[in-house]
Amino acid sequence: MDFLEITNLNISYLTRRLLVTAVQDVSFSVKKGEILGLVGESGSGKSTIGRAILGLLDEPGKIEGGSIQLENLNLADPATEVSAFRGKRIGLIFQDPQTSLNPVMTVGEQLLETIQTHLQIDAGDARKRAIELLDDVGIIDAKTRFDDYPHQFSGGMRQRVVIALALCADPDILIADEPTTALDVSIQSQILALLQKLRSDRNLAVILITHDMAVISEIADRVVVLKDGRIVEMGSPAAVLGNPSQTYTKRLVSSVPPTDRRIHRFPIMNSDQGSAADQNLKILNRWQLQKNTGASLVRVKSLSKSFSDESFMRIAAKEPVHAVRDVSFEIREGESFGLVGESGSGKSTIAKMIVKLIEPTSGLIFFEQDDITTLEGPTLLAFRRKIQMVFQDPYSSLNGRMKIKNIIAEPILHHNSQLGQMDIDHYVDDLLAAVDLAASSRDRYPHEFSGGQRQRISIARALATQPKLLVCDEPTSALDVSIQAQILNLLKDLQEKLGLTILFISHDLPVVRQMCDRIAVLRDGAVCEIANAERLFDAPTHSYSRHLLNSMPKFQP
Amino acid sequence: MFSYFLKRIVQSVGVMLCVALLSFSLFNFVGDPINNMVGEETSTEERAELRETLGLNDPIHIQFGRFVANAIQFNFGKSYQLRRPVSELIAERMPATLELVIASSILALGFGVLLGVYTGINRTGILSNFILFVSLAGVSLPTFVIGILLIYIFAVILGILPSFGRGEVVQIGFWRTGLLTASGLKALILPSLTLSLFQMTYIIRLVRAEIVEILQTDYIKFARARGISNHSVYFGHALRNSLIPVVTIAGINIGTLVAFSIITETVFQWPGMGFLFIQAVKFVDIPIMSAYLVFIALVFVAINFIVDILYFLIDPRLRTKNENQDG
Repeated sequence: MDFLEITNLNISYLTRRLLVTAVQDVSFSVKKGEILGLVGESGSGKSTIGRAILGLLDEPGKIEGGSIQLENLNLADPATEVSAFRGKRIGLIFQDPQTSLNPVMTVGEQLLETIQTHLQIDAGDARKRAIELLDDVGIIDAKTRFDDYPHQFSGGMRQRVVIALALCADPDILIADEPTTALDVSIQSQILALLQKLRSDRNLAVILITHDMAVISEIADRVVVLKDGRIVEMGSPAAVLGNPSQTYTKRLVSSVPPTDRRIHRFPIMNSDQGSAADQNLKILNRWQLQKNTGASLVRVKSLSKSFSDESFMRIAAKEPVHAVRDVSFEIREGESFGLVGESGSGKSTIAKMIVKLIEPTSGLIFFEQDDITTLEGPTLLAFRRKIQMVFQDPYSSLNGRMKIKNIIAEPILHHNSQLGQMDIDHYVDDLLAAVDLAASSRDRYPHEFSGGQRQRISIARALATQPKLLVCDEPTSALDVSIQAQILNLLKDLQEKLGLTILFISHDLPVVRQMCDRIAVLRDGAVCEIANAERLFDAPTHSYSRHLLNSMPKFQP
Repeated sequence: MFSYFLKRIVQSVGVMLCVALLSFSLFNFVGDPINNMVGEETSTEERAELRETLGLNDPIHIQFGRFVANAIQFNFGKSYQLRRPVSELIAERMPATLELVIASSILALGFGVLLGVYTGINRTGILSNFILFVSLAGVSLPTFVIGILLIYIFAVILGILPSFGRGEVVQIGFWRTGLLTASGLKALILPSLTLSLFQMTYIIRLVRAEIVEILQTDYIKFARARGISNHSVYFGHALRNSLIPVVTIAGINIGTLVAFSIITETVFQWPGMGFLFIQAVKFVDIPIMSAYLVFIALVFVAINFIVDILYFLIDPRLRTKNENQDG
């Protein structure tokens, strides 16, 4: 028998109206020293299984049947005191290290509290053990960092602290729920290496819950693919991801942006939505198409931005933060230009300056022939019409109190107020059709749509003014991989048909590779390298680009 | 951190100057100060002379400067009605008001936090709902009704607590305290309960809302996942995080307690500053009114300053200047 065995597990949530089955008939097992990957898209029940093992299901979730056998204990049995095993035999780590530590307690206090809850040792020994643990997870200078508060650690270091906390009482099994999703790619590879090391040093069983196929293919020994609470397929990553036998797995795998080559479109299987490329785009009738000459549309010269604390009395001036330093590049008409970098690299700040949401500290930005810092009045309005943005978070970027038709019509009215109501209605319908949304969507509200559909609405809204440049700031990083593939396809199609120029901002290298013609790699606000996408991925010249590419988990089915 | 406090002090001084200006205008422009001071039979020459000696013919900014200089030394002139220095009158009445306010703040904070945590944890319990129901009554009933109700129950029907006054008091230096005698303490119960009820309700509801929200956070879930006991999850992890907004509200509210005490003091004939103020209003006793105004402002400013310091003690994130700029 394996160390942890889950048999025919059923979990459901009784909501006011109906019984939602979150997990259905799931059986799998984990051995000691094994990393088991639970992979699936949102709503697949993967996190629910993790919580259920610890008896930490959110209300009103309930285990309806099946067993979770940890050696000779059934954790699914209501009579078992699961709380006694939390932290002691089973450790759990969460996705976001920013929020999983108590902000008002020092790291040391939290470690000591956990150690002394489980082990009967005195304060001095507990302290020694805590420092050893911090050492083990790779915190440099553990003795002095012991008394620091969580906010004094960087994201990656915080996740190490979280892991140390989970290991306080030497658990036999570690459940890691999206442990690297909130981290930068180079930090991600360090945390994954740490998990592998702990697995072999301590003979830990690890259940790794993630949506990221590349992470699974890198470190998991076995993988379980979930969909809508059921197991679709399981086996070794090479077999399941390399040669999937189920349609769902095939579709999932084909949606993952490949890291080693550029494909024209993502193959979408079983999709009932026709792609925009096949249909006659009605909005084309309104579009003043011009031949893209390849001339430069945006030119950025020695752009810098620093943020300083501007309060009304500056007694002690803080050192200003240099978010962008001396950045120059150009975006040519009709191309997709990528800005890539880790968090804090200044990529979003540059985008905000190009769309004139914030003013640069120094440097020049030209759009077509105009220096945008001098624009005002009607010329500013004309500039705003030609440049539109799609934001990262589809939930907060749409006003929840407005109907979809009003959301899309707002920019039309703002920039072209002489259009009649009939005309606007037709135009909204055409825009909805262009992003593959049903015309019936127009009278609904944003909360009735999924994340991917909302991102389509955002794109329709951005297209409403017939822009030349579309600025996409991490447009797919909040989406599931299959939805991401659809959105990326849509963007590619629209670009082709409408001759759009796209500024694409992302931390996700494989996505950038699929989307962009030329790429600028940013680090700490400065440009490291600007190169053609193919050249950058095949032969990066700058050491930082090489480092980024090496840290990127390779998805090798 | 030091520069932050320096900034706050400068701001506080600015606020105090504004209030002083208001209070000064009250003194000089609400009616004629000479008319208020002298009787009907004073001749015009005598009035003019008095005007000159009091410096009321000087330019306004010099008069204001003098007012501020005097105010710093707690010199607000003489009460028209009682013919005694205002500072003396306030010093006499202040201990009564402060004892009342401190007692009711302790009641409000103590019970407020305790009941707030309880109702936050047991959201659906019968006792929780009962507490919330009663607290709703606390918010909706005006203070004087509650005061009269309490007097009726405890003084009239049960006859166990006095209905007015401070009881026996003991003089310690300039401070006349009622906290050291049994009758003084007994007399304190009803007024402080009356005064605290409104704030208590507020704090209960605020703490409850905070606790409910914080119990949903990842770090609470993670603490449970590590096997930390319920007791330390609630009182070690959740409570301290919920205190930040509570401190803000409670700080401002203690200021309003001083102001609200006017009603309570009137209901219970409590010989405090509020009572003094009400009498001053009746007789248009401007010096007392302007001094009271300055004093209340000082209390508010001081409490806000203390609240700012408490933030630093509770929330370590404010102690280091660590701003994360997102790329």
